[in-house]
Amino acid sequence: MNTDAYHLGRLADPAQCHEPLDLAGTPSAQLLTWLRKLVEIRCAEEKIGDEFGKAVIKCPCHLVIGQEAPAVGIAAHIRLGDRVFGAHRSHAHFLALGGTLHHLLAEVLGKDTGCSRGMGGSMHLLDRANNFFGSVPIVGATIPIATGAALAAQMDGAGGVAVSYLGDGATEEGVFHESLNFASVFKLPVIYVVENNLFSSHLHISLRQPFDSTCRFAAAHGVAWHRVDGNDTIAMARVAGNAIAAARAGAGPQLIEAVTYRWRGHVGHREDNDVGVQRKEGLSEWKKRDPIARLAQAMIASGQLTEAQFAAIGTEFRAAVDAAWQKASVDPYPPAAALLERVYSSEVRA
Amino acid sequence: MTNYGHALREGFAYLLRNHPETFTIGQGLWSPWYVGNSMTDLDKEFGRSRVIDTPVSELATTGAALGAALSGRRPIVIHPRVDFFILGIDQLVNQAAKWRHMFGGDVDVPLVVRAIINRGGEQGAQHSQALHSWFAHIPGLRVVMPSTPADARDLLVAASLGRDPVMFIDDRWLYELEAELPPVDPTLRLTSVKPRVDVAGTDVTLVACSYSTHLCRQAAEQLKEHGVSAEVIDLRIINPLDCSAAVESVRKTGRLLAVDGDWSTCGLAGEVIASVAERLPPSAFKAAPRRLTLPDAPAPTSKPLEKAYYFHTTEVTSTVLQLLGKK
Repeated sequence: MNTDAYHLGRLADPAQCHEPLDLAGTPSAQLLTWLRKLVEIRCAEEKIGDEFGKAVIKCPCHLVIGQEAPAVGIAAHIRLGDRVFGAHRSHAHFLALGGTLHHLLAEVLGKDTGCSRGMGGSMHLLDRANNFFGSVPIVGATIPIATGAALAAQMDGAGGVAVSYLGDGATEEGVFHESLNFASVFKLPVIYVVENNLFSSHLHISLRQPFDSTCRFAAAHGVAWHRVDGNDTIAMARVAGNAIAAARAGAGPQLIEAVTYRWRGHVGHREDNDVGVQRKEGLSEWKKRDPIARLAQAMIASGQLTEAQFAAIGTEFRAAVDAAWQKASVDPYPPAAALLERVYSSEVRA
Repeated sequence: MTNYGHALREGFAYLLRNHPETFTIGQGLWSPWYVGNSMTDLDKEFGRSRVIDTPVSELATTGAALGAALSGRRPIVIHPRVDFFILGIDQLVNQAAKWRHMFGGDVDVPLVVRAIINRGGEQGAQHSQALHSWFAHIPGLRVVMPSTPADARDLLVAASLGRDPVMFIDDRWLYELEAELPPVDPTLRLTSVKPRVDVAGTDVTLVACSYSTHLCRQAAEQLKEHGVSAEVIDLRIINPLDCSAAVESVRKTGRLLAVDGDWSTCGLAGEVIASVAERLPPSAFKAAPRRLTLPDAPAPTSKPLEKAYYFHTTEVTSTVLQLLGKK
């Protein structure tokens, strides 16, 4: 039981946590499902990065490469009736819940076949059939929205929960604190998932906050908190399972701080090594904490996966991404009438 | 007879009684005085789980209501003064108003934000604002400004039972206005609500909303004594703005006065004049259109300054007489 709500400790040290994961007796089929999802997300993001670099994709894309695990760990415990909300960096959240490669790629291309019918782009993803209720780039904006979805779930009384994904930067917004207080007072079934990747845009957390762990904010508002290595899919899924079960059972709001690191810059395809304090020093070390490699190596070491099988998964998903990309590339754009027809439910200006 | 404040309460009670997915949430809902007589004892009648008083958090409360609206509920957020809602505006302008469009057109957002204009009384710059022109600037946000007790009740009900986010603004200076109320029409939706000709006339067209319409109706009575026949058009909804009734009226009268209890620059009155002017030939106008608005200054507290700040019926009447060259 960790009792220090202020400091990340070894989780923030890029020289630590390189070892293969403790599989903790997780069934092989489960491990393989998670590994495949991590690889699918990585392949999609690398493709989007490549096409962004060629300016084929123009809308701002915030790539999740290096921090795929939290989305997979959370999605493992989401069921029909739950409502999950994302932020600016939400491709992984969307895919982990079951969103398709084609819906994502068509959306970043602005096609009518995208998950938001080409009206949102990378920063506005929606997939209600898979419990993903929307992502937006205004920092912190979905925190109160998820809180209200939890209020509705409490009124429904069917055990549903809401999830709010946010970054460490969003904990600097006032609405984060308003929302935690609100959820705590009303004992709402909401899980705040802080993907603490130590950076907000170009600024390291040490330049923005006096302490590096955001769990202290949960403690201040009477919200249960859980800190986890966000690059450890097994631990991530275990912590998510506990927090979500507690919220379903009426224990009130939960905060999970998943400590991770993004390999690319804040936006776009470049690594931005030269941007920001501590970024250049940290990135190469953090790549040794790769969530995919650590899970795959543990599975290989325990005889549950071969190197060839692992390589084949990558080949399979690169082909799947290419196929989805080809399809999305020739899909139609929204019709011109969509500009005004999609503003209101059934009315345009007279 | 039912006054405007009680008519609002009837609207809330109708919704809470007949539509279990509705609820109200905001600061002061368990207090007897925050919102005048417009929500008295609703918490006792319908329970505090559906009439929810909140922490002092306008932004989180508005966002939470949006989240509930996206999750099958029909919340009505209450802000006892529109001034304080500025703290919550991101959730309405950046989020609620845009979710349908930016997510492809199929996302219903049955959210009502009800804010009250509570001016005068030497309350000053941060307790007295109107700001409806701000909200009417935003595509995707319906903005409702009722001027009669029946509209106060019925447009609240229609707003809550619709599919789009609505900014519903009522004015406490109207709360004592009385009228006979017909039964609630459960099928009314905002999409079928059009501007209404409140007073028919032939010499000049007065266009307004909310309390300003009330002043125009009274001015039309005064103008009869001057031999002037004024037509009064109540906009009722200012976004999406429908100026077709105003255009048809000015085609007949040739004279237009837009009256608005908000500031002038980039405001509703200017928008009305522009919308009418660009749809009629110059020859349709017998005089240059005029507008009567608040002076472009924050609301003062000092008694004589406040007297100079707000216009009343006599100013509407005298402006019309100037427009007609009679003064």
